[in-house]
Amino acid sequence: MAKTKTNSEDYLRMYRQMVRIRSFEDNANQLYLSAKMPGLTHMYSGEEAVAVGICEALKTTDKITSTHRGHGHCVAKGADFKEMFCELLGKEEGYCRGKGGSMHIADQSNGNLGANAIVGGSMGIATGSAFTAKMLGKDDVTVCFFGDGATAQGLMYEVMNMAALWNLPVIYACENNGYSEYTKTEEIAAGSITARAEAFGIEAHQIDGQDVLAVNKLTTDLVARARKGEGPFFLELMTYRYHGHHVGDINREYYRTKAEEKDWKENRDPIIRFRAHLVNEGLATEAEIDAMNAEIAKDAEDAVQYALDAKYPDVSEVDMHVFTDIKHALA
Amino acid sequence: MRQITLSQAVNEALAEEMRRDDTVFIIGEDVAEAGTPFKVLSGLVEEFGTNRVVDTPIAEPGFMGIAVGAAMTGARPVVDLMFGDFIFLIMDQLCNQAAKTHYMSGGKLSVPLVLRTNMGATRRSAAQHSQSLHALVAHIPGLKVAMPSSAYEAKGLMKTAIRDNNPVVIFEDKLMYQDKAPVPEEEFLIPFGEANIKREGTDITLIGTSSMVQVCEKAAEILAAEGISAEVIDPRTIVPLDEKTMLESARKTSRVIVVDEGHQSFGVTSEIASRINEKAFYHLDAPVVRMGAMDVPIPFSPALEDITVPTPEGVAAKARMLVGGEMINAA
Repeated sequence: MAKTKTNSEDYLRMYRQMVRIRSFEDNANQLYLSAKMPGLTHMYSGEEAVAVGICEALKTTDKITSTHRGHGHCVAKGADFKEMFCELLGKEEGYCRGKGGSMHIADQSNGNLGANAIVGGSMGIATGSAFTAKMLGKDDVTVCFFGDGATAQGLMYEVMNMAALWNLPVIYACENNGYSEYTKTEEIAAGSITARAEAFGIEAHQIDGQDVLAVNKLTTDLVARARKGEGPFFLELMTYRYHGHHVGDINREYYRTKAEEKDWKENRDPIIRFRAHLVNEGLATEAEIDAMNAEIAKDAEDAVQYALDAKYPDVSEVDMHVFTDIKHALA
Repeated sequence: MRQITLSQAVNEALAEEMRRDDTVFIIGEDVAEAGTPFKVLSGLVEEFGTNRVVDTPIAEPGFMGIAVGAAMTGARPVVDLMFGDFIFLIMDQLCNQAAKTHYMSGGKLSVPLVLRTNMGATRRSAAQHSQSLHALVAHIPGLKVAMPSSAYEAKGLMKTAIRDNNPVVIFEDKLMYQDKAPVPEEEFLIPFGEANIKREGTDITLIGTSSMVQVCEKAAEILAAEGISAEVIDPRTIVPLDEKTMLESARKTSRVIVVDEGHQSFGVTSEIASRINEKAFYHLDAPVVRMGAMDVPIPFSPALEDITVPTPEGVAAKARMLVGGEMINAA
């Protein structure tokens, strides 16, 4: 069972994972801006403490479901840069052989059941994963990541009802980043978000999603309780999306101010906050942290170059993986 | 050989597969003690318990989503969707999630799920409980679609579906639940993608699905009395579709009528007719004729409802015209 992170090794790993996410996203954004990436992507920057705080409370065999803004979850659950960048660029060595792309990365080896391009679309999947654990007597816990926007989807209420009726080991993790695409959350969500879960008798917590230690501590406790059959649980993690809805959403002052973005970035950044904590507590020196950051930046750059040089899948793959037992569906 | 009803055949298939594999479970509305409104599942909860015969709230998208997640994580759900018409409620979970997960993950994840539902008009149930919507599902790559035409097929196809590692949708004709047919006591499976030649003939081919197989067989009897030899083919699964058997028959008889209870436009009849036209055109002596349900919502009044679906007399009349050469110059 995962323990609350209390030693320096665990703290440094959490810091490293947050920086890895930020570094991945900075590179993904550059790939878009330099027109090297097909399509669009949705940046997780600013929300790192949520994914890392939660995933560090999980075992590899625990499951997560992710969202269109899912790179952070994927990295936090243990994914590798090279396979992720290859997937973003549609290359054969990507996690999904280039068939899924940014919005569908799944990493079964680390328990990531996949990002989902339908807002709220994975809530049934996460609840079903928890159903399997209960039915087959496994002690897996599943975390369902979703945004504040997804709380408007009816599916959430249907599956929370069943999860509560059946005491399923699932944790619904609502990343409230303040915006549902291009609209303020307060304009799309009436009343309280946690009260939605409480209406089903689900224990719900609102927490500062920029504080990785607080997120990790609470999640570790809830995961342990979920394993004992005390689930489900609901978390509303107050966080912020640094970029627009997607990488192409650049001129966004019509829905939020630059001053607001600046405030979150300068005063509440989860990485800056945790870095200061590490230094203040004597767990790492500024120089050690700078070295770690540089190492991660190089890893990311190398992975990007690797992915740029990697080959596309052969066109013969287009009708493969439609069915498990028919090699080429159109043959 | 003993005769059992289609309902008993489905029940036996489920019980046998649930005994064989502990990961198989049934989920849906009123599936446990009630055994469904059609009593197809009676007795199963007594043998397998409420852990594996799971009653849900009336929340089709929710329990379908849970089934998808359960299937992705090691269980084998059989979803009971009380009426085929409710498929519109679960379209996202079926078509965006279940159907695409294997492909989007580059073959890493799979969804071994069976969706049991029904079809068929003339039960005086009006427009929202009478539709035959299998063509909608067959349109989506990644879903297999089975259409049993008797108790024998219902059992053999269900057992194959449960062992298949892909999402499979089985449409049972709700008017056939009490129809008896010879079904062996010993275990058997019916492979997908293998059509059954129900009756051999030389003058015309009648291809029918589900209850339309019986309509075609009755039409063949009428025609036989007039000296017209009709071949009757039951594809049994429309995905995968046994094109070879149908094309061989078309080349042999040179005339084909395709009969299906889905709406005629953009439906199964159109698809099969097109394939025969594309691949057997120079063997044909007449255009391939489609006979589907009328392109109207299914009406309640018996006087109206009965004329919306193909009948043996109607099929025989069309066959007579084709064999007599009348259809060649038809406007």
